[in-house]
Amino acid sequence: MAPHDIRRPFKRRPISDQQKRRELSLLRQTQHRSDAQQRARNLASSVISLQSSSPDVDPEILSEAVPELDEGTESESSNFDVRQASRLRGPEARKWFARQLMLPEWMIDVPDNLSQDWYVVARPAGKRCFVVSSDGTTVSRVRNGSILHHFPSALPGGARKKGAAGPASSYSILDCIFHESDQTYYVIDMVCWRGYSLYECTAEFRFFWMQSKLAETGACDPPSFYHKFRFSAVPFYNCDQSGLHSAYTGSSPYVKDGLLFYNKHAHYHTGNTPLVLIWKDESCSQYVIDTDNNGEVPNQQHIVLELQEEGKLVTSDDPPVPFSYLNADFVKQSGLSSGSLIRFAIGDGGLKCVDGRFEKADLQYIGVSNRARAFADSYSKIMFQYMARHSPLKVEDLASTISHENQQDKPPEVEMSD
Amino acid sequence: MAMEITQFLLAAQSADARVRTEAEASLRQFQEQNLPLFLLSLSFELENNDKPAESRRLAGILLKNSLDAKDSARKDHLVKQWFAIDVALKSQIKDRLLKTLGSSALEARHTSAQVIAKVASIEIPQKQWPELVGSLLNNMTQQGSPAHLKQSTLETLGYVCEEISHHDLVQDEVNSVLTAVVQGMNQSENTAEVRLAATKALLNALDFSQTNFENEMERNYIMKMVCETACSKEAEIRQAAFECLVSIASTYYEVLEQYMPTLFELTSNAVKGDEESVALQAIEFWSSICDEEIDRQEYDSPDSGDSSPPHSCFIEKALPHLVQMLLETLLKQEEDQDHDDDVWNISMAGGTCLGLVARTVGDGIVPLVMPFVEKNISSPDWRSREAATYAFGSILEGPTIDKLAPMVAAGLEFLLNATKDGNNHVRDTTAWTLSRIFEFLHSPDSGFSVISPENLPRIVSVLLESIKDVPNVAEKVCGAIYNLAQGYEDSGANSSLLSPYLTEIITHLLAAAERTDGAESKLRGAAYETLNEVVRCSNLSEASSIIAHLLPAIMKKLAETMDLPIISTDDREKQAELQASLCGVLQVIIQKLSGREDTKPIIIQNADDIMRLFLRVFGCHSSSVHEEAMLAIGALAYATGAEFVKYMPELFKYLQMGLQNFEEYQVCSITVGVIGDICRALDEKILPFCDQIMGLLIQNLQSGALHRSVKPPMFSCFGDIALAIGAHFERYVAPAVQIMQGAAQVCAQMDTLDEELMDYANQLRRSIFEAYSGILQGFKDTKAELMMPYAQHLLQFVELVSKDSLSRDESVTKAAVAAMGDLADVVGENTKQLFKNFTFCGEFLNECLESEDEDLKVTARWTQGMIGRLML
Repeated sequence: MAPHDIRRPFKRRPISDQQKRRELSLLRQTQHRSDAQQRARNLASSVISLQSSSPDVDPEILSEAVPELDEGTESESSNFDVRQASRLRGPEARKWFARQLMLPEWMIDVPDNLSQDWYVVARPAGKRCFVVSSDGTTVSRVRNGSILHHFPSALPGGARKKGAAGPASSYSILDCIFHESDQTYYVIDMVCWRGYSLYECTAEFRFFWMQSKLAETGACDPPSFYHKFRFSAVPFYNCDQSGLHSAYTGSSPYVKDGLLFYNKHAHYHTGNTPLVLIWKDESCSQYVIDTDNNGEVPNQQHIVLELQEEGKLVTSDDPPVPFSYLNADFVKQSGLSSGSLIRFAIGDGGLKCVDGRFEKADLQYIGVSNRARAFADSYSKIMFQYMARHSPLKVEDLASTISHENQQDKPPEVEMSD
Repeated sequence: MAMEITQFLLAAQSADARVRTEAEASLRQFQEQNLPLFLLSLSFELENNDKPAESRRLAGILLKNSLDAKDSARKDHLVKQWFAIDVALKSQIKDRLLKTLGSSALEARHTSAQVIAKVASIEIPQKQWPELVGSLLNNMTQQGSPAHLKQSTLETLGYVCEEISHHDLVQDEVNSVLTAVVQGMNQSENTAEVRLAATKALLNALDFSQTNFENEMERNYIMKMVCETACSKEAEIRQAAFECLVSIASTYYEVLEQYMPTLFELTSNAVKGDEESVALQAIEFWSSICDEEIDRQEYDSPDSGDSSPPHSCFIEKALPHLVQMLLETLLKQEEDQDHDDDVWNISMAGGTCLGLVARTVGDGIVPLVMPFVEKNISSPDWRSREAATYAFGSILEGPTIDKLAPMVAAGLEFLLNATKDGNNHVRDTTAWTLSRIFEFLHSPDSGFSVISPENLPRIVSVLLESIKDVPNVAEKVCGAIYNLAQGYEDSGANSSLLSPYLTEIITHLLAAAERTDGAESKLRGAAYETLNEVVRCSNLSEASSIIAHLLPAIMKKLAETMDLPIISTDDREKQAELQASLCGVLQVIIQKLSGREDTKPIIIQNADDIMRLFLRVFGCHSSSVHEEAMLAIGALAYATGAEFVKYMPELFKYLQMGLQNFEEYQVCSITVGVIGDICRALDEKILPFCDQIMGLLIQNLQSGALHRSVKPPMFSCFGDIALAIGAHFERYVAPAVQIMQGAAQVCAQMDTLDEELMDYANQLRRSIFEAYSGILQGFKDTKAELMMPYAQHLLQFVELVSKDSLSRDESVTKAAVAAMGDLADVVGENTKQLFKNFTFCGEFLNECLESEDEDLKVTARWTQGMIGRLML
């Protein structure tokens, strides 16, 4: 019969280091297993399909482009993966990358269920870019596909270091905004991580992944020899009253340029999407109303539309929204061709809407748009800018929509007695 | 008829090896050829007072060994053999055993008591020996029963209670047993031997006495008898009575209130004046009360929401007297108690109890202890100084930081100086107290630390000086450095504070590990463990080159262990131990450096050499696989990725050995985990090894001999393999899923009241879901239809688990929801009808969507999407 052992641990730690190592290993294995299964769920493979959201949006910057990736190869190129893409050089690369960003629509009315289904993020002011780390280097490209920086980084595969023969698949793609004053890449979305595509994942998952994975690489550390720029994940909030408040008025290390709203369930969709929205007002952005080339707000609203066959003028949306027509003679006379991006001013007649839908515009021709532009304006941008000049959507409108939603969520009290 | 075997039994104990071996062979032959007769003969030998003590002793041992074994498979076999023996013959054996209880030979009576209990453990649960309790009680009540029969009968009752569960007896039997036992304790009627046996029997019978303790009259009677017995004049009986009180403190905490004044008086008299063996039990009584109250306080955490068991605040009520009593014990140190691990004395027990009291009551203890500390800490007498320091160190866990911080801040410098005290014992306790300070009052991460950039240089220099002290002190200093480093873990910029000292700290730790004067102490192990923590908690961007330099140094040390002269098994063990420490350090370094892209290349460049060392470590130990080397290999596989395949040809046999190591189940479990790591590193390249791995896993899971804790990792490993090899898993799917279904069945039948078992059930359920997920996702787009036959069963299992909201934990829920989504995602259209039929899905998903756990919500939403897609 074994008597109760009354000797207790004396001046000793209750758990051995070996046990701690075992437990840490187990934790690491569990984490990796769960990562592996999550990845298997969210993507069939690491291949990113070369999906072009709107083939008719042909960046004019590519007018001199070598036509390797023409329409005929579109079906094959759906198996084209980012590793190949990262080997593309020059215009080819610009063309490919120009199509890879998810572009928010402008918020012209408040979506339902903001507080349930949406995140809100304070958008950093700066250059929106796509950052690809692969084969020992990191390249950032701005919206029109041209290179902003070419640099070493602590991102997976982002720096070529002696003996750093990491697996070839170790590449990543981040959707960032480069913020000049503190030379920081603020990460607003994660598209690909360590060779695994997050395109088919919900925003909820991508944001969660972004927050947990970015820091572990050291990418958020201050710059060093092998890590030229600091990265930082932007904080995101559930779009309830307090989240909206934090994003709108909360302090942030960067200058804000409006608020971005992400639908939690939306996948990463290249091109324009209504499931990500941008909204601005004077107190959270310096650039609410578009400026001209001299940085001044013109008296009239300027818009850029794309010229199609038969003089049709359309927005960059998919499908494009027809706005107006140009006279065929005028087109000929001005040397315009299908695909040209043309700048107009909105005259005193303004935009006419019926039932909240655009009907007719008073457009005044200005000329062919700046060659650096890749796209026409979207319908939502034109409408938002127009509203900003006339009857803007205010932050109070957003807040009251949210509080209205919350009241609806509350069950009527009579049910209690049922 | 029984055989005469005395000669064989004596010869089997002969000094002459030849005679011995021959006799052993004859006995074994007899046992194998006619077990019933063999056992009967042994029982006759045991009973017969004319036989020599030696043959009777061996007969008893052989009987016990024929009924019980440590190994559970062997035990099952023995039980089956016993059941197969003719009932009449068994009844003869049992009669002999009961008769032996009245024998004049003490040893034979004692052995018989044990053998009876073994038979009882087999037969009573099957209701095959209903007359046992009756005949034992008869021994107690019969007029003129001799004292020695009563003594061995009580001993038997105690053993029987220990062997069986109280469910095996009806309440009447429990009552009679308890009555007999408690009457046996009666001082006026019984001899000392009988009372001692009765008191020891009561200790085992206490678990049976739930009903009796609920009844106030019966409880009063039992408590009265125990308390009286605790005042017996024989120390051994007093000790047994206090052991009963210790057990009562934890088993019947709820009903102790009315007895507390008496119990306080009894225990404090014992602590102050009784013999040490009794005093130790008296202190343990209070430690057990603390354990109970701490448990209740933790259970009562505001967020658990459960109604908690009653808390009577016994410690708080007795606090001033209790603390005074314990402080006095601290002055009763033995010289050199720090050198010997086997020592357990009153000052150690008292100090430990004081620490528990501090955890129980928190701030309230501080004003009661501090005057003692202040009065004694500068005393010329080392006992006073040590006691004061120990008291101070003991109360550092429990009270709030606000309460402790000013005192610790004021006392820190004193303690740093005391590391130079002239007395070894004082220095030991001082170093221990410093380590407690760093453990509980140094967490910059949560906003408080007694360590500042100003005093850190002084602290580090004192520690690095003291680590050169005698081994027992140096070991405590290692503990202090361990906690110092740990405080800086995950502490962002704060962790930089230690960076300037890292090189020096590591040098001193390595020097401490090298010391030869610490051979008998635990210094070397402590030094390496501390080194691990220092590496783990370092700020990698600043420490990467230091750690990169440490790597070859440790590799060199590990290489040197291969050349140690090995003459005895003791040498072999020491070599293995040192290799374990060094592999541990390597594991930590590998994990630290491979955690980041910019430092991972350091590991990759050295991977070949590291792996060669691990293989050599395996080679040193033919009989088993070195556990620590295996753990480190898992970390290496993660670091190298697919490159790891080049090590597989040489490594594979050790993986197989590890999988087959049932006895050291930790090794088996770790090997399974490492195979998972390798699957993730190699993906399809693991395929050539899968036939053998899957064969072993399936064989293991079917075996009854495997420790159950290894089973969940094995199921998870199915999932890892399936995810790695995808469609190739086809050949294993039928046997694998069959075992998974079997295990799911087992889960469903587990006793939900047993907490430990529920923990296990949760692990098992999660691992089965993980296996399903891995297989399903592996088959996606290729062999999805193969899983259709199992879809129904999987959903039934999910349903079962979903309905068990009581014991299922979050991780199981997550795995269940994910597996459900995987089924919809992978098998698709064909499962539409099934999902329609299983109506629980919607409700279960809603429950998950409302969870606080973000991960679970994301998974549930995904699953909802997958199922929703089918319903369109």
